[in-house]
Amino acid sequence: MNAPSALFLENAAALAEPVVRLDGIERSFGAVHALRGISLALRPGRALALVGESGCGKTTCARIIARMDQPTAGSMHFRGRDITHPGEKAAEAAYRRAVQMVFQDPFASLNPVFSIRHHLARPLKLHGHAGNKTEQERGVADLLGWVGLDPAVTAHKFPHELSGGQRQRVNIARALAVRPDVLVADEPTSMLDVSIRRGILELLSRIKRERQLALLYITHDIATAAHVAEEVIVMFAGQMVEWGSTETVIRNARHPYTKLLLSAVPDPDRPFVPGDSARFLNHAEEVRRISRPASDKIEQVGPNHFIRALGAS
Amino acid sequence: MSAPLLQIRDLCVDYLLDDGAFRAVKNVSFDIGRGELFGLAGESGCGKSTIAYAITRLSKPPAWVAGGEVLLDGQDLLKLPEAALQKVRWRRIGMVFQSAMNSLNPLMRVEAQFHDVLYRHTGATRAQSRARAEEMFRLVGIPTSRLDNYPHQFSGGMRQRIVIAICLALQPELIIMDEPTTALDVVVQREILEQVIDLQRSHGFSVLFITHDLHLMAQLCHRIGVMLKGELVEVGDVRQVSRAPSHEYTRKLWGAIPQLPGHGAAA
Repeated sequence: MNAPSALFLENAAALAEPVVRLDGIERSFGAVHALRGISLALRPGRALALVGESGCGKTTCARIIARMDQPTAGSMHFRGRDITHPGEKAAEAAYRRAVQMVFQDPFASLNPVFSIRHHLARPLKLHGHAGNKTEQERGVADLLGWVGLDPAVTAHKFPHELSGGQRQRVNIARALAVRPDVLVADEPTSMLDVSIRRGILELLSRIKRERQLALLYITHDIATAAHVAEEVIVMFAGQMVEWGSTETVIRNARHPYTKLLLSAVPDPDRPFVPGDSARFLNHAEEVRRISRPASDKIEQVGPNHFIRALGAS
Repeated sequence: MSAPLLQIRDLCVDYLLDDGAFRAVKNVSFDIGRGELFGLAGESGCGKSTIAYAITRLSKPPAWVAGGEVLLDGQDLLKLPEAALQKVRWRRIGMVFQSAMNSLNPLMRVEAQFHDVLYRHTGATRAQSRARAEEMFRLVGIPTSRLDNYPHQFSGGMRQRIVIAICLALQPELIIMDEPTTALDVVVQREILEQVIDLQRSHGFSVLFITHDLHLMAQLCHRIGVMLKGELVEVGDVRQVSRAPSHEYTRKLWGAIPQLPGHGAAA
């Protein structure tokens, strides 16, 4: 086991055992290192946020966890068992059932020719959670209730009759139909209105708490991460640059990239100053330049707060 | 005080449906002054983009401008013959949309796309266009050597900057920006908007900035209008709309935005 994961887990000794654990995961596409040394743990009833800009590797990481991609190095554990390499069929199927995804685009992830009832009844049936019509109907109503939609109004509707926020709720319900242990939500609110986002974030938090799900929340918006996740990993250029308790990382950010990310969150009390653009652009470029080189040096800066030392460029 | 650059008076836009007309914009009136940054906020479906399209008469069926006036320097754009309107679009009013970065032609080098626009609107020669394009690239902070590249060789943020650069090349008096940075991440968003603010200061154009992100809007606009179900429910100075909103809906919109705990990290 490499250093970062040892450090990351050490502080979490008091918490429940992780459902899924990644240790030193690497993913290369030829000469491009999309992921370097990613280590994380997903625990029941807790949320971990993966934050970073487009291209930082956060979606690659989600794809590996959801088994849509394979790492080139490192190991993966599911309930303590090594599952780095897909093994026997039954175990693989159990893992895939346990890990469900909610995607970014609520408009593209539902089939336009089927009703909402169909979208929810099908996974219930396939996974043996509902046999006959009555059970299915009850299951669909139950799922819609979980995500705050009225079954009597919604079940017979088609995707185009729902708003973006409602469709994302249906996507969450569909993921829940499989009764997963882990929910991977990849930018679930970035295509929704700011005013709708909070409702979806609150829903994810409630599901995590009440169903004791492990949630991996992927976003480029560090402000929303604070609303959902107890822990956060800030990624840049395929590496974890700063991680730990969300509250601490946001309040006492130490890595220059995290600071840059925080400074760019829209804040109505800090109007843009005309004539400032060159300064900000140069600053952002410099931060990206110094944050990019690979580095193995991890520094612990608080009880649950770590940063990666800047590498040599 | 000089007359406002743009005056919108009682604008109504309908969407014609099988079972009658749905009024998406209801008697909306507001002004945008010269050199003013005016923000239009509201949720999806409130009619804010419909207004953006109606201003330059780009509304496509089933959208139908049912009434009102759009006065640019006192001239009603809604009554202008098509030929005269062509001289207003892009030349006097530029537009940058959310997916603008995807509106670049993938088969043309960026330099050629500058020339396309400059030749059509000003009759510029190839050499004149090249010079202007280099000037614009310097303004938006992209190395001029990259003018020979194709759109796919740029990141999303850079492509959005290129669209803004092409738009500015014609020195419009008003730029309509409809969710110009919504598809980009926060650092790139800030980089682009800081540049827009600087360019606005040096060139003096007006901006109609449309977004659902009130926080962002408050960082760069002088005045803000808030829309709800096709109606403009509040218009005011940025400080008033953010500190003392008069409409209940504006207060709700502010409250809905996820914020950082103890926000206000040092830049």
